[in-house]
Formats: sequence, C-alpha cells, structure tokens
Amino acid sequence: MGLFGRTYLKNTAGIISTCLSFISTCLAFYTAYGYFFEYGKINGVYQKLIPFNYLWLAFSEGLSINMGILLDPITAMMLVVVTLISLMVHIYSLGYLKGEERFPTYYAFLGLFTFSMLGLVVASNIFQIYIFWELVGVSSFLLIGYYYEKPSAVAACKKAFIVTRFADLGFLIGILVLSFYAGTLDFNTLIQRLTSPESNELKSALAASFLGISALTWGMILVFVGGAGKSAMFPLHIWLPDAMEGPTPVSALIHAATMVVAGVFLVARLFPIFAISAPDALEIVAYVGAISALFAAIIACTQTDIKRVLAFSTMSQIGFMMFALGVSKYGGEEGLGYTASMFHLFTHALFKALLFLGAGAVIHFVHSNNMKDMGGLRKQLPITHFTFLIACLAISGVPPFAGFFSKEEILLAAFQHNQTIYWMALITSGLTAFYMFRLYFSIFWNKSYHPNHQDEHGHHGEGGFVMMMPLVLLSVGACLAGFIPFGKFVSSDGTALVSEFHLQFSIAPVALGLTGIFAALFLYKTENDKPDKMASSLRALYQIAYHKFYIDEIYLFITQKILFNCIGKPAAWFDKNVVDGLVNATGNTTQVLSEKIKKIQSGKVQEYAVYFLVGVFGLAMVFIYMWK
Amino acid sequence: MMEPGLYHLLFISAALFFIGVYGFLTRRNLIAMLMSIELILNSVNLNFIAFNKYVWADKLDGLFFTIFVIAIAAAEAAVAIAIIINLTKNFQSIDVEETEEMKY
Repeated sequence: MGLFGRTYLKNTAGIISTCLSFISTCLAFYTAYGYFFEYGKINGVYQKLIPFNYLWLAFSEGLSINMGILLDPITAMMLVVVTLISLMVHIYSLGYLKGEERFPTYYAFLGLFTFSMLGLVVASNIFQIYIFWELVGVSSFLLIGYYYEKPSAVAACKKAFIVTRFADLGFLIGILVLSFYAGTLDFNTLIQRLTSPESNELKSALAASFLGISALTWGMILVFVGGAGKSAMFPLHIWLPDAMEGPTPVSALIHAATMVVAGVFLVARLFPIFAISAPDALEIVAYVGAISALFAAIIACTQTDIKRVLAFSTMSQIGFMMFALGVSKYGGEEGLGYTASMFHLFTHALFKALLFLGAGAVIHFVHSNNMKDMGGLRKQLPITHFTFLIACLAISGVPPFAGFFSKEEILLAAFQHNQTIYWMALITSGLTAFYMFRLYFSIFWNKSYHPNHQDEHGHHGEGGFVMMMPLVLLSVGACLAGFIPFGKFVSSDGTALVSEFHLQFSIAPVALGLTGIFAALFLYKTENDKPDKMASSLRALYQIAYHKFYIDEIYLFITQKILFNCIGKPAAWFDKNVVDGLVNATGNTTQVLSEKIKKIQSGKVQEYAVYFLVGVFGLAMVFIYMWK
Repeated sequence: MMEPGLYHLLFISAALFFIGVYGFLTRRNLIAMLMSIELILNSVNLNFIAFNKYVWADKLDGLFFTIFVIAIAAAEAAVAIAIIINLTKNFQSIDVEETEEMKY
C-alpha cells in the first residue's frame, strides 16, 4: 500500500510527480474498492483494520509511539478524495504554472503536502496524526508563500502558520489530556477505553474536573480547537481568506478540498468519544460549525475577489460538515449527521476543487482576481463556463447535482436534532446559492468582455488540454457523486445506514436555493446599478460584512494594543534595562579596569624582567618559608 | 692551599647569578643583556656541577643537565642574535629603550 507521493527536484518534476500521483490515486481506488466491497465488511459491519503497525519510538514500558496504518470507512474515503483531488491539481498545474521559475520546487511542495495528508488520514494513533498534522501545516505554509516576492503572500503564509500553530497548541494539550487519562495513544484502544462505561479510564477522566467541566470534555474541546484552527472555523478562520495568495491550484487542493477538512476528519475520527462520553464538547462543535457557516456565507456575499468568495464559501461548507457532526449521535439512524457530514466532505471536495480550478482558469485568462475586471467571459471560456455552472449548481444544492444530496442529509440531521441550527443552516444554504450565482453571473455574464489592451500577450484561450481535463472530470464527479449510496459505506458505527429521501422536506431548501439563484440572476445578469443600490440601502450591514465583521481588526487590536502594551512593553523594558544593563555593566567594568592596568604593558623588556624576578622571588619565599 | 668546598662554589655561582641579573636589568645594549643571560645560565651550570661533585659523587645527572643547558644556551643565543639583527635592520639601533614599539 505504497500510497505516498514523492518529492522530486528535477526538470521533469511536473511529469514525474503527476505520474506518481496517478499511481497513488489508482492504489487508493484499489484500496477503497477492496475495503468497501471485499474484505472490509464482517457481518455487515465495517471493521477497523490495522494492516501495518510499526513500533517507532519506544520510550519505556507502556509509553511508546507507533507508526501505523488504520483503515476504516472514512480513511478509505479520504484516501480517494485526497489522491483524486491531488492528481487533478497536479495535472492542472502543468498548464497553470507553465514557465514558472520554481516549477520543480512547486511540485516538491505539492508532493510533500500529498504525502503528509495521506499520512494524516491513515494515522493509527493520535500522535502520528499530530505529526502529519504539523507536516500538512508546514507544506501549506510553503505553498501559500510560493510567490515569495509578493509581500502579501509572505504575510499570508505567516498568518496561516501562526494562527494554525496557535490552534495546534490546543490540539497538543488535548492529546496529552486524552492520552494521560486513557493511557494510550492508539485510536482503537483510546476509543474503546473512553467509550465503554465500565472502564476505569473513562471513570477517572470524568471524575477529574477543571472549572466544573470534566477533564475528558476539556480534552475533547482542546482537540476540537486544533481541528477548528485547521478547518478555519470561527473565530480561527482569519488565515483562510489570506491563504488565497498562493497559486490557485494550491488553493483548490489545500484550502478547499483536503487540508481544511482535516479538522472535520479529526472530529469524525474521535467521534465515538465525542458522541458517547463528551456530548457537551459535541454541542460546542455543532454551534461553532453553524455560526461559522452562517457568518462566512454573509461575508461571501460582499467580497469582490473571486478567490476570497470561494474561501468564505469553503469556510461555510466546512461549517456545515462540523455542525452535521455536532448534531449527530452515535450509531444507527441517529448517526445520520455523521454520514451526512462525511458525504458532504466528499462531494464538497469535488465541486469546490472544480470551482477553484475554474476560477484559476478565469484568473489565468483575465490576469486579475477581482470580479469587477471580469464579465461576459462565457464566449471566451466555454468549457470553464459550463463546468463552473455545474459546480455552482452543485454547491447551491440544486437537484440532481452532488451538493443537493449531501446538503439534504445534513439539513435533515439538523432538523431532527436541533431546530436552531436547522434554521441557521437553511438561511446559509439560501445565501450560498445567492453568492455562488453572484460570482457566476459576475464572471460569465454581466457586462461584455473587453480585453485589456495593456495585456500585450493577449488571448491564449482557455489554457489547453491539461487545464481543461481536470475541470471536465471533476464536473462529471460533481454531477454523479450525489448518487452514491453513501450511508451504506460510511456511518458512525460501521453498519449500513439507509437514508430515505424525503421529498417534502427538501422543498424548503431547494426553494430557498432557487430564490437565491434568481436574486443573483436579477441583480447580476446584466450590467446595472441594482447591486450598488442594494448595497447602499443596506450600507451598515454591507460595510460590516465587507470588512469581514472586523474580525481581523479585532485580532490586530488584541495583539497590538493589549498584548504588545501589556506584555510586550514591560518585557522590552526589562530587556533594555535589566538584561542589557547587566551586559553593559560587565563590559564597562572590564573597560575601566583594563584602562587602569594597561600601563603595565610598557614595551620595556627590562621592566618585564623585574616583574618576573619579583614573582620568582616571591614564589621562592612562599615555597621555602610557608610550605614546610 | 685550601681545597675548594661546596660552599665556595655555591658562593661563586650565586655571585655570578646576581651579576648576570644586575647586568640584565641595567644594560641597555641588547648584546650586553644577552651576555648577562649567559652569565645566569653558567651560574646554574656551576650549581649543578657543584652539587653533583660534592653531594652525589657517584651519579652523572648533574653533568647531563649541564650539557643540556649549554646546548640550549647555544640555540638560544642563535635565536637572540637573529632577533637582534632584525631589530638593527628596523631601528638602526640595538638599544632596548628605543625599541618600545610593542606596548598598549
């Protein structure tokens, strides 16, 4: 099961790593096929298989870290998603980044990312997942900062790294808390020990409490903080929009389809513990997810940079996945949210990667990220136009595209368990349709396209076969993925879950979605001043949303004003006056002293001889009279 | 005539030593200083010989030491004269008071 892309630094790096990526995709499909249809199922329940487990670091008896592969339905699914999207992005980048100077470096980073992501999804213990988690973080950092000449890209990659590191601190503490109480790092043992009500580990973890909340809940919340950082959940989402400074295929791979769902994956991986032993933590997951979804959708309606719109849409969709997990329960019919979340993860990866790659094609063509520079591109970019439309329909939840099915399941799960979240989700899905079609109409319809005359190298079409093929393949996926009977394969306890299709139930979301689409059609289909009028009539709200609810500003305020003034300033004072003072005092003393004694070195040989003689006589006296 | 004893020799040796030290500290001429050092070395040699003869007459250690000291004194003289020649070239003088370049 060599599922790892490799890193290569050669001239033909692109081709080589694309081939390797293709091979690993084939292997992933083979593995998933084998798992789901041949050996995975025992008595109708999908087992957790550990085909490989290697004792990596043995610290002492009872404390050791393994490196292993854990295969269960979500792993198999993630393997397919990661390798497939990675392959698409590899192929696409051959065209998109053609002629870039650091082309091999780019592929090396891409390979590193794919490797770490695969390591993350197959990890058999929580420490291994942490290692790969950090590797994913660093490769994301490298890829965001790929255009390192651009100051904004450098700032963005630092921001992404620092924010996610901050969250990872929570994750690490969470790991330590959990493994301390469970006495193991291994997922299977951990879940088993912390879910069976009669185990001693669970009792001790529930008995110990801090600020009135049990240690187990704390541990799970902290782990979720890590996941929320990686998955750009409110309020740790600030890095994701800025991460769009990276090359567009990278945004498609990392910041849309794979890395950002790592947090969802993590929660899903530990789901039995969340659901059975720490329902409070799961409640938090649900609300954070729902708030993020709504919040990001509102912001997305006002942004003008197409990649930022997509970034906020990603955040919103991940919010969907999170609260779907949050409202779920363990096992059986009640586990619908879990299945729905994983299903949405799968379909979202397909259509969001498609959207990003489509946006990449548009950017490639127009040389601008700004929606205002675009319009009327449907003639120039027919394939991109068509695939983008499919992706928009899919994300808006219009039947029969992929997003419809997964979103219905999520909404159903929310409806069954938590009405508040259901209404938030409903509004969000309407907004989703609106902002996606706002994007779509602004790019491909609206005003007619005037080629920018400053742009000397002018028209180069849609970017050739290598860029169009992934788009077409992914759009096929976005059309058909919804028909996969997902509940049969992925469910919270491994048994098949047959989700019925409720026609009456789906009327409301679809109607809302269509309303959103028609609103966008009305406002953005042709060039007019309606959007501006809307914006000015809702000025305050529009401004707040346009500035992303001033979250960035709040962070800046907290870090600069409060942190810098209250901690930074005294620390700087201490450093300047005490630490530097000590160092300076040492230096000054030495200088003054040497100034005084330097006269001894006169250059007169005979003076030295006198000193020498006096010394010798002195020593002789000591030896003769005192050492008897 | 009286046979010279150990104390006579030690006295001469001590006298030589202090003459050498005095010369080394007062002479300004480098050649004279070098000669004073030779005097100091020879006073040490004399000491060695005296002790060897009067205290451990059946041993040769003192003699060997003396021979070593003479050999090293020869080498030292060669080095010192080389230094003096260089000084002469650079300063047109072998007076130590005029060659006080190496100081703070």
